[in-house]
Amino acid sequence: MKSGGSLSIWFFIGVSLAVNGAVILVRGIYETMSPPAPELRVVLYDLHANVWWGGILLILGVFFSFRFSPARERARMAGKS
Amino acid sequence: MNPALLVWSSSTLVHLSPVDLIIIIFYFALVLAIGLYLKEQANTGEDFFMAGREMTAWVAGLAFLSANLGSLELMGWAGNSYKYGILAAHWYWIGAIPAMLFLALVMMPFYHICKTHSVPGYLNLRYGQGAQALSSISFAFMTVLMSGINMYAMAVVMRVVLGWNITFSILVSSITVMIYVALGGLRSAIFNEVLQFFLIWAGALLIPILGLVEAGGWSGLKAKILQNLTEQHVANPGAYTHLWSTLGDFSNNPMGINWVGIVFGLGAVISMGYWTTDFLVVQRVLSAKDLRSAELAPIIGAAFKMLVPIIVILPGLLGLALLRDPHTGGLLRLVPADLAWSKAGQAEGLHGYDEVLPLMLARYCGPGLLGLGITALIAGFMSGMAGNVSAFTTVWTYDIYATLINKNASDETKVKMGRWVTVIGVIVSIGTAFLVMQAQSIMDYVQALFSFFIAPLFGTVILGMLWKRATPAGGFWGLLAGTLSSVGMYTWVKIDPEAVRYVALSMQAQDQAQNMFRALWCCLICVVVTVGVSLVTKPKPDSELADLVYGLTPLPPQEKVSMFHRPVFWGVVVAVVFIILQIMFW
Repeated sequence: MKSGGSLSIWFFIGVSLAVNGAVILVRGIYETMSPPAPELRVVLYDLHANVWWGGILLILGVFFSFRFSPARERARMAGKS
Repeated sequence: MNPALLVWSSSTLVHLSPVDLIIIIFYFALVLAIGLYLKEQANTGEDFFMAGREMTAWVAGLAFLSANLGSLELMGWAGNSYKYGILAAHWYWIGAIPAMLFLALVMMPFYHICKTHSVPGYLNLRYGQGAQALSSISFAFMTVLMSGINMYAMAVVMRVVLGWNITFSILVSSITVMIYVALGGLRSAIFNEVLQFFLIWAGALLIPILGLVEAGGWSGLKAKILQNLTEQHVANPGAYTHLWSTLGDFSNNPMGINWVGIVFGLGAVISMGYWTTDFLVVQRVLSAKDLRSAELAPIIGAAFKMLVPIIVILPGLLGLALLRDPHTGGLLRLVPADLAWSKAGQAEGLHGYDEVLPLMLARYCGPGLLGLGITALIAGFMSGMAGNVSAFTTVWTYDIYATLINKNASDETKVKMGRWVTVIGVIVSIGTAFLVMQAQSIMDYVQALFSFFIAPLFGTVILGMLWKRATPAGGFWGLLAGTLSSVGMYTWVKIDPEAVRYVALSMQAQDQAQNMFRALWCCLICVVVTVGVSLVTKPKPDSELADLVYGLTPLPPQEKVSMFHRPVFWGVVVAVVFIILQIMFW
């Protein structure tokens, strides 16, 4: 979409998902290596949702950030004109 | 826990870790950065108020949906699904999908071709200044009040869930919205709404996924709900997991409603009124770059709207099945908010229906995921508020200031006015929030007032679009009669509760059922008065109705695109999926 500049909304979404995904993934890995006390664990802790959910968000975020990066958008706009 | 957080936290549902705070702070920084980035692209009236009319179908469609997906919507409807069961899903399916498709395929051409800036603007072109003034003043007044009330309700939830100070929550969230909307106008609001849409899903989707794993799938969930409600001696517990089969009679379901109220009150009037004439959502679609995008946008919104029950209705049902008291191990029964938040309720540790979503969030989400879930709730609040503020700004500037106060206002003056009105609108909203804090009963009345206006407006707009004989006098008096009759019915029931048997056809009708029937009657009154007055007053000549009314609006020739790019094709796909969902959960 035309954003009025070289940054697409999808790029911002990618950055947001990637940063959030990375933070959650790192925290999840830390928790896996150093588990909290049983009484502090959330329900279904053993599924390690923060690891795989963080990973999914990170992958999606990196994809969006790369696919709609400012450089690629500029190249696309130049190709159109 | 981090000592810094102890300042805010007392007895709260969840406690945030530093990782959660990083995620929340990053979110605030990103939305402000987007506002700053887009400031340079909001120089003209078309840029500031209509986002340059250059949004793609996807962006306009997701913003259209996101403006409605506020945090109160998320938490309130999750609470309603706990209270009423799967019946709450009607507000996402029959209460949205037919109206969105109708907007896309029937009404959008008129809105788009006449190039109006707003729904009151359309009324001005179609009926004249009387109907426009009535609708724009009501809309501006109600929007800013609703914005404040939502702000207050959100802050209360933040206090209950996180222990945050109410003033702190109100100021930080509303000032952030004010900055990014005042800087970048509608384009900034739309960009942030699309971002918020993704964050809401990222933060909330994990609850139904893990909940279904714990419950043993959909069949396990239904069995657990049946077992729990039977243990609590709830009448007709099966009604909590069926959409239609219990709507034959008012007394067979927890909402006290029948199929007539759902199909005609909700599906044909309230949802049509909201999704096709409430400028808060319609403004997003008006920003689309061409007619095909404008038609596709509500269809894309409808496709995602059908999925929203996954993150709203399912958590409520999962709460019914899975929530247990951490101390006794027995079933945890949620109660109405006024009871839960009373001193006695707080002393007993009771939780309100609206807390079911945060409770489920705390159940499954540890550090990091919890921050993302809370960010989803804050994002929902901010997208809803930005929707209110940007719609208010446009209606004030174009339909009140430039029409009634300064008819010769230049484009530059309008943009300046838009930026200032954004600031003033937020300040008034903050004032409303604090007013509600002093007198909470205002909340009930203002929410009812808002509904008074939307249902008759649909009657006025749809007659104006489809019936060329409707006259300016008919439009004005019909809208006024519909609004006043709705106020009258509401007041009647308040004064004499027995009157509910006439207004909602049953003494068992709960609040939602009363809203449905009141909307149905006031819309019918609006239509009858509009038709009656139109038949005895002079209509506008056809030449003045070109591009405004069916039969006098030449539609541009269909683009030569493949079937997969045509709005009608995707409209049919969405309609088929909608019907399948009704049958699946019958």
